[in-house]
Amino acid sequence: MRSRALPIATALLLVLALWYVAAAALNWTQANGDLLGTMSLAKPLLPAPHQIAIEFWNSTAGQRIDSKRSLVFHAAVTASSTLVGFALGVAIGLLLAIVLVHVRVLDRALLPWIVASQTVPILAIAPMIVVVFGALGLTGLLPKAVIAAYLSFFPVVIGVAKGLRAPDQLQLDLLHTYDASRRRVLAVLRWPAAMRFLFPSLKVAIAASTVGAIVAELPTGAESGLGARLLAGSYYGQTLQIWAALAMASLLAASGVGVVVLCERLVIRARGGRL
Amino acid sequence: MSDTVVEARNLDLAFGDVAALSNVDFTVARGDFVSLIGPSGCGKTSLLRVVADLAQPTGGTILVNGTSPHAARLARAYGYVFQAPALLPWRTVERNVTLPLEIIGLPKDEQRARAAQQLDAVGLGAFKRKFPWQLSGGMQQRASIARALSLQPSLLLMDEPFGALDEITRDGLNLRLLRLWEATNLTVIFVTHSIEEAAFLSSRIVVMSARPGRIVEVIDSDLPRGRDLDIRDDARFHALAGRVRTALRAGHSYA
Repeated sequence: MRSRALPIATALLLVLALWYVAAAALNWTQANGDLLGTMSLAKPLLPAPHQIAIEFWNSTAGQRIDSKRSLVFHAAVTASSTLVGFALGVAIGLLLAIVLVHVRVLDRALLPWIVASQTVPILAIAPMIVVVFGALGLTGLLPKAVIAAYLSFFPVVIGVAKGLRAPDQLQLDLLHTYDASRRRVLAVLRWPAAMRFLFPSLKVAIAASTVGAIVAELPTGAESGLGARLLAGSYYGQTLQIWAALAMASLLAASGVGVVVLCERLVIRARGGRL
Repeated sequence: MSDTVVEARNLDLAFGDVAALSNVDFTVARGDFVSLIGPSGCGKTSLLRVVADLAQPTGGTILVNGTSPHAARLARAYGYVFQAPALLPWRTVERNVTLPLEIIGLPKDEQRARAAQQLDAVGLGAFKRKFPWQLSGGMQQRASIARALSLQPSLLLMDEPFGALDEITRDGLNLRLLRLWEATNLTVIFVTHSIEEAAFLSSRIVVMSARPGRIVEVIDSDLPRGRDLDIRDDARFHALAGRVRTALRAGHSYA
């Protein structure tokens, strides 16, 4: 751990230094050539890191949690559609992967469509999903979760399908000599072999799910959620608000990835140290 | 039960245009230790796979324990040891050995008891909590033998099980296998391309020729039971190995 701290800290300091230089340069005209002034504008083109930190602090610790001005409140709204979307995406992804591996015809028929689904820009499809669901009387969390699921199922299908196909012919022959059913082969061989592929997929999926949830909040005209916060910030040129919301969004995605990493460690430990 | 474990008549096996086995007659009596020896690509592994119902013959008949190989497989009549250990890396050694028992649905304590018994028999009792990658290649292959024996089969099929191991480890495992065979009433069919190995282990040696695989000669061993590694210095051993070598040469067109 210690050996990693130094390079990470060095990289962070370097980025911060570059950021300050960029902030000074971009805000120069707006601050009328006053160097210190470039760091304290109310609506800077590029806020300085400490301005974002202060705004972040004020809109989290400085607000009641249920207030519309609280970033924690907005993050919780986004987090709930992220998690529901993630769960939905992973469930669909696992199911599809299992089907693709076991039914050859469906592998040929479905895989091109699964790949094609991800070439459609999510920004184009998100409003349509919201409209269709709205017409069915479904609003709020569900359409947002569906959009998050749309982005997160893909890495799971591709990764897990590869993992389920990872066992070699010898291992398959071995189970054949035991007359093991396909379900049994899945349980004792294919699924455990897929773990090595599952966790990287889940890390991508949880990050994609966060993006999906935020994008889904943009066209819904939502009043809550990090996406709504970003949109409102850009309407009124509140760059500080935008950057603070962005910081919260990356924190949200990072903690999601963190939870997946934790689960991965538990599985590795149960396997004596190797995945 | 009949005294014939495997009986094949006019067996043919082809993969597309390539004939792997041609007109093979092959009999294994109960309690035999039969080695199949021949150059690579002579179809000895294919013959073993036909016995195990892992490959389907394109002609001829074959009976295993008086039934079809398929029925014998469903009855879990044999244990199969592959060229590589094929252990599942996420399971401990013990849980690798209990894998087939889990699949046939034995109670947990029975599974553990049988695993302990078989792991002791191959000298791995102290390693049951280890993972496969923590064992040497020879130990991994011993674990895979314990796994094959955990189903308590009457027939053990071994496909060049020690081919990837160094000679010293291989000698040790050969001796261990021989003692195991002598102590039980197992029937063993053992594929190898080592003349020494075949001569040391077998009660009968089946010599095969390549492309298509044919049986050249069946040699009965006159070496005594309870033999030791030292027998390889014995004149009878050299005579036996010589007969196998001659038969192998006869099976080669370039001899």
